[in-house]
Parts: sequence; structure tokens; C-alpha cells
Amino acid sequence: MRFAELAIRNFKEMWRDPISIGLEIGIPAGFLVIFWALGRSLGDESFLTPTMLVPGIAVFGFAFLLMFSAVVLARDRESALLSRLLVAPLKPRDFIFSYSLPYIPLVILQILLCFGMGALLGLEALGNAGLAFLILLVMGICCVELGMILGLLFNVNQVSGVGSVIITLVALLGGIWIDLGAIGGVFYRIGNALPFVHAINGARAVMVYGAGFSGIATDFYWVLGYTLVFFALGTFLFRRRMVG
Amino acid sequence: MSYGTNYNRFAIQTFSLSRKFGDLVAVDGIDLSIKEGELFSLLGPNGAGKTTAIKMLCCLLRPSSGTATVLGRDIHEDPMAVKQIMDVSPQETAIAEHLNAWENLRLIGGIRGLTKEEVKKRSEELLEMVGLAKRAKEQVRKFSGGMKRRLSIAMALVSDPQVLFLDEPTLGLDPQSRRGIWEHIVELKGKKTILLTTHYLEEADALADRIAIIDEGKIVALGTPQELKDSISDMQVMVVKAKNLPPDAIEGLKEIYPEVKATEDGIEIRAKELSFYEIVDYLRPRGVVIQSMSLKQPTLDDIFLHLTGKELRE
Repeated sequence: MRFAELAIRNFKEMWRDPISIGLEIGIPAGFLVIFWALGRSLGDESFLTPTMLVPGIAVFGFAFLLMFSAVVLARDRESALLSRLLVAPLKPRDFIFSYSLPYIPLVILQILLCFGMGALLGLEALGNAGLAFLILLVMGICCVELGMILGLLFNVNQVSGVGSVIITLVALLGGIWIDLGAIGGVFYRIGNALPFVHAINGARAVMVYGAGFSGIATDFYWVLGYTLVFFALGTFLFRRRMVG
Repeated sequence: MSYGTNYNRFAIQTFSLSRKFGDLVAVDGIDLSIKEGELFSLLGPNGAGKTTAIKMLCCLLRPSSGTATVLGRDIHEDPMAVKQIMDVSPQETAIAEHLNAWENLRLIGGIRGLTKEEVKKRSEELLEMVGLAKRAKEQVRKFSGGMKRRLSIAMALVSDPQVLFLDEPTLGLDPQSRRGIWEHIVELKGKKTILLTTHYLEEADALADRIAIIDEGKIVALGTPQELKDSISDMQVMVVKAKNLPPDAIEGLKEIYPEVKATEDGIEIRAKELSFYEIVDYLRPRGVVIQSMSLKQPTLDDIFLHLTGKELRE
């Protein structure tokens, strides 16, 4: 469990950056209120309702978390701290766990915060909230693993640029506030190839229509598949960095 | 974890160790044998291949050809065993900025498998040694450059490694902080095998048991500081302090004495035979006002210039 010490350090590094943590927690909560208010103002009862918005806003928040996790790793790489750590007798999987695990409490906090805010605004979940929580949790981990890849490939400045592109992609192709099916065409196909819309649709199917696991299995495994691929790729990149 | 120093055994050996980056040969077939307990310095300018060599020895970079052993463990075949017995203080100040000094030491001790009790004991000793005991609970982002560098060296010592790599440990520090770091390194002499890279001549001269001068990836000279100086003992160095020294006068003088170096307040001329009158007779008619001329002992700087034709700080 040598990696635990590094995981503790990464946890502290994250929580001792109050501005970033504030943004991570504040962005989903803020967006949920803004879009809920917008929905009320527009009289929209299809997409901009709390029940429909909560999964989308949670995933939107993960996109910011992705950038946050990537920046921490890229900063360690630039400061040569990562080189010092890589000289220790740890394995690549130890590193990927050490850098990923500290974000899971934040993923859980973001989901709970979205659920809590949604409940205050009138969320009505028909299905098992635990199942919706599960697919969102996997999506959050998926984003953290993608952050590991970006942090290992790009420097801090580049991460900000690439992260912004991903946030925009999630916003446009995640089906958060528009029905991707109604747009159709290439946007629909690209959006469906990515994991974000599957996590959102899976959680919505549970909360809005009361779907069980069989009803969201395809979406769940799609997101899980991406998570495993990103984890494997991150492990590979750590290994490559250890023996450059 | 401490060990008995055996000066007859080699702690680090490299065998035609090379590394290429595309067409660039960063390290070009170096062969070194560093004894246990020795403080060995790789001295060379930026880009000479010092850090690349250290990265290969730390198993962070795969050699293009050749290999090396650290206390008998091959860096190719058993990198995990190599990592168990050494640690490094990288060129950059590699510390966790949001942690305090104590937590930084605990981090390295933890990932190197020390128990909590061991980490506590070692950390207390090391913080005392590097003079940071009173500021152990402060986040290190508030530390000065010298304090960060001292902590960085302490971090490399937490696990009591048998072999220590110090990559440019005083780079960018002011002279006072540099001397402070030197004192800590001197304390380690004989207790650990240390490979120190530097481009500061005075650092290698003051600390190292032996020095290898590296240039463009190749070892161009190797020996104790005194042996290196003796190797050009038949060479004379004339220090000329002068005013109104035009560049064409220096260039012209190079036709008589090929090794002429411009300094802040004049020139230095190196040659096996120097003629005081010849230099004066050459410079005066060109309007140069000579303030003083003196002979000095060759330094490592002179050796480097002699061997490579360039200055160490280029």
C-alpha cells in the first residue's frame, strides 16, 4: 500500500486549493439553478426540469473535474516532482490509483450536491436513485481517468486549452440541455460514440422513466468501457514515462 | 539501512552507456567506475548530457545502447532493485508545494516503504540537518529557493539510500545558499556514494573526490581535481587587466596564442610558453592600456577550455 501515501498527498493537494474546490462544487450547483430558472422562464417542461437537468449538470461538472485532475498531474510533471516519484519502486498502476482515487470523493460530492439541489428545486425520481448514482459515478471516474491521460500528455497551459474543448464537447454533444436525437446527423452520431450522452441518458431513464438496470445496461457498459480503456491508456502512459 | 562503505567496490559502473534523441547523441558511450563512498562529479556545460546520464542511471530513461549497474544491479534487467537502493534530488526543485516540509518527507518515506516510526525519526534528523526543523509545519510554497533546495536534498535522503544522485543541487542559488548546501553535502561524504552533476567548477572542485568532465555526451577528462590541474601543469595562464581592449586586438593575439579568453576587465592567455614582452609589445601599439599582468595556477575552467575549446558557462 505504498501508493496510499501518494494518494493522501494528492488528496491534500486538491483540498488545499480552495478556489479550485469551490469552483468544482459551485459550478454544478450554480448551473443547475441557472438552467432551472431559465426553464421556468421559458415554460420548458421537457428538458429544463430538475429531473432532466440533474444528470446532465452532474456530467457537465465532471468535465471541469477532468481539467482539474489533469492540471494537478501536469503541474507535477512540469515541476519534476513526478520524476522524483517515478524513481521510487512503485508500479504504473500504483501511480494511476494514487492520482485517481483522491477525486472519487469529489465525484460523489458533486453527484450528491446535484441530487440535493435538484430535490430542493422539485426533482421527482421515479426509479432507483442508487442506479442513477452508479452510472454517474462511473462517468465521473471516466472523466478523472481521461484527466490522467491529458495530464501525462500535455503541459498545464495545453491542458487548459484541451480541457476547454472537452467541456465544450460535453456541453454540445452530451445532450444536457438539448435533445441530441432531435438534432440528428453527424452531431448525433459523434455524441453517441462518446460516453457522456450515455451516462446522462442512462441516469435520466432511471429517474424520469423508472428504468431498471436492464433498461440502461447498454449505456452503463458503454460508459464503463470508456472508463476501462482510459484507465488502461493512463497506466500505459505512466509505464512509458517510467522507462522513457 | 545503513551500510559499511567499501572503497574497493564499485557502486556505479557504466558500460558504453549511450542515449540518442533522434539524430542528437546526448550521451555517447560513457564508461565510468565510481567507488562505494565516493563523491563523484560529472562536470559539464548545459546540454553536455549530465542529466540524461543521471536519468538513465535512475531507470527513468532507457539507454539507446550500453548499460550500467548500481551496486551490482543492472538498470536494464532489474530496475526495481536499482530503485530500492538509490534516490535522486532532481535538477528542478521537485517538491509538493501545498504540503509542509514534514509532509513532503513523509510522502517520500511512505512511497519508499518506511514505517511511520522510521519516517518520523529520519524526518526529524534530516529537518535538523538541513536547518528546517523550526519551519517543518509550513507549506513549502512559502519557502525561499535555498530552503526548497535543502528540503529537496533531505527528501532524497529519507530512505537512507546507499547511492544518491544530486543533479545540479545548487543551480540558480545565490553564493550564500550554495555554500550552505555544500556544507550538507560534505556531511554525507564517505557515508554514501554520491554522483553529483554540476556546471559550477568551484562546486566540483570543492566537493568531489573525482571529477569527470563531460562535453557533447563524451567524457573528455577524468581524475581528482588535483590530477586534472596537474595534467596541464606545464601550461601557464597570464591574467592581463587592461582598458581600451578592442575585439580585433584579442583576435590578433589569438594568432600568437590560440587560447585567449576575454574576461570582465581584460584577457586571460593560456600557453605552454608565454612571453611577457611579446604580449606587451603586441597590445601597447594597438592603444591597449595595460593595468597589470600576472601568472596564475591553472583552474578547472582552464582545463575545460583547453580540452573543449569552449567555456563551461557557454
